[in-house]
Amino acid sequence: MSTETDQGPGITSGTGAKADQKANRRARRVLFGCAAITVLTTLSIFFVLIDNAASYFFGARITEVLVGGSFEQTITFTEFFTGTRWAPDHSTPAHGILPIAFGTIAITVGAAFVSIPIGTATALYLSEYSSKSVRSKLKPTLEVLAGIPTIVYGYFAISFINPVMLGPIAESLFGISIGRYSMLSGMIVVGIMTIPMVSSISEDAMQAVPDDLRNGAYALGATKFDVSLNVVIPAAVSGIFASYILAVSRAIGETMAVTLAAGFNANITANPFSEIMTMTAYMVSMARGTSAVGTVEYQSLFAVGLVLFLMTLVMNLMNDWFKRRFQEEYR
Amino acid sequence: MTSADDSGTADPVGSTESVVDTSSGLSDRATTRSDTIVEAKGVDVFYGEDQALQDISMEIPEKQVTAMIGPSGCGKSTFLRCINRMNDQIDVCRVDGEIEFRGKNIYDDDVDPVVLRRRIGMVFQQPNPFPKSIYDNVAYGLKIQGKTEDMDQKVENALKGAALWDEVKDKLHTSGLDLSGGQQQRLCIARAIAVDPQVILMDEPASALDPIATAQIEDLIEELSRDFTVVIVTHNMQQAARISDKTAVFLTGGELVEFDDTNRIFENPQSQRVEDYITGKFG
Ligand SMILES: Nc1ncnc2c1ncn2[C@@H]1O[C@H](COP(=O)(O)OP(=O)(O)OP(=O)(O)O)[C@@H](O)[C@H]1O
Ligand SMILES: [Mg+2]
Repeated sequence: MSTETDQGPGITSGTGAKADQKANRRARRVLFGCAAITVLTTLSIFFVLIDNAASYFFGARITEVLVGGSFEQTITFTEFFTGTRWAPDHSTPAHGILPIAFGTIAITVGAAFVSIPIGTATALYLSEYSSKSVRSKLKPTLEVLAGIPTIVYGYFAISFINPVMLGPIAESLFGISIGRYSMLSGMIVVGIMTIPMVSSISEDAMQAVPDDLRNGAYALGATKFDVSLNVVIPAAVSGIFASYILAVSRAIGETMAVTLAAGFNANITANPFSEIMTMTAYMVSMARGTSAVGTVEYQSLFAVGLVLFLMTLVMNLMNDWFKRRFQEEYR
Repeated sequence: MTSADDSGTADPVGSTESVVDTSSGLSDRATTRSDTIVEAKGVDVFYGEDQALQDISMEIPEKQVTAMIGPSGCGKSTFLRCINRMNDQIDVCRVDGEIEFRGKNIYDDDVDPVVLRRRIGMVFQQPNPFPKSIYDNVAYGLKIQGKTEDMDQKVENALKGAALWDEVKDKLHTSGLDLSGGQQQRLCIARAIAVDPQVILMDEPASALDPIATAQIEDLIEELSRDFTVVIVTHNMQQAARISDKTAVFLTGGELVEFDDTNRIFENPQSQRVEDYITGKFG
């Protein structure tokens, strides 16, 4: 029976429409399932981290306690959060996360000093200054940069940035002979890696600023620079900031490149040419090391992972807060 | 009056407030009473391969209202944007021919479009205030042009000039986006006149407004023409007839078909095509 023969004003559902509704409901259930999977994955990662971190701090997992085990604190939070030596697998172990937290934060801040100015300037250039033909060449180049595997960046750091770029500077200006790894090399390589993230997301935000606004300023005798600074950046600020947060989160979690560039020597130092260790680098070395699963040094992996997780979570919350605070004001 | 007087001498005709400029000896229209401030000479405009304007020549008189009418797509906005070189913003746009502003071809290499736009302001079809306060909207042009002394006074004068002062004087520091459409458009006019330009270009400034706001803008335009040269694009024939001194009729294909005193255009058009357009018989 076709719908044309139906009576009434034509908004009631015929049989065809009923089948449609069914398909609709099925599609909805499938999509919901997919969304649920991502949420469940996140939750279970979080749970595994907490569960194993508990065994690091208290000697037993939550799941073990539930079946009759008991907690007995082995590593105090004071030691963990304020200790300045990190060597869980040493013969005289120490569990102060500060040196590797310093490593991660130093690399992140240093990388931000590279990626934020260069990325923002690139975005501004692409969005406001470049001609179509330059743009059509530069954008794909940046996308290629974003697609290079991080291990390749790591080798770039270890074979070029550190020995060729930084080595001679350290040698001739400061009289320091640089090793295989250095903090500065890590900062630079992570900075370069995250430039495309800053530039492409910022550029999208700038492109979304309506031309009407730009023209209003141009018609008043504004230069390109005036328009960029007073119109485009303020109007795109929340998107630009989002790109910074993403780049910073990425730098916090960056693993392969930073491990190869900055090294495995946990220490707090102001010397940019010395080897350091980030939290991720520690996790790599621990995971591929010889420590048995379940030992304290192995379980430290999860405690560090949990801290990393919380750091990126804070970045995300900051992003949300900022977005709400600085909504795009144009309409 | 082919021999040019010195600038600053009163118009001998005396019927307008215009000032005679040194450069305009070319006028051969008997009807020209006021001196030319902007003169187009054989302007062709192309967007890529497509020609949008064909050989436009016209003289825009100083301190009068010149209206441009014509069917959609005939190139009115394009021509308007040529006058302050806003077309430079469009990658594919190419302008041939000359447009003189006070005798100087604005397409010469030594002309800086940024400086030109400080003399020739523009108001757009859609009100486009910046997402800033009312005060900052008006002050913006002054700021970028470095005219920061007596800012408060200049902002007040501009808002008065745009007939907006009384409505906003108590909330100068609230967002310009919170105003009504008509108020926003007057804010944009205030923003344009704050920097004291010589010419104001308006592209259908009232087309997004209701009849009352439109009437306010129309009154304002007549007011403005005492101090400024106004060039306005409009779709509304009655509006052109009401407010303009001169009218240019563009027709499809980008030709300027007729340009004359407004009452002549509407009462006694020279060409059949213009008459058809004005009487609504046009395509
Ligand atoms: N940015 C642009 N890129 C390419 N072509 C354009 C551009 N702007 C205008 N044109 C073309 O130029 C011609 C004239 O357009 P214009 O906007 O000047 O017409 P108009 O008379 O202002 O029309 P309307 O009354 O609808 O505003 C049209 O054919 C249009 O398609
Ligand atoms: Mg138009």
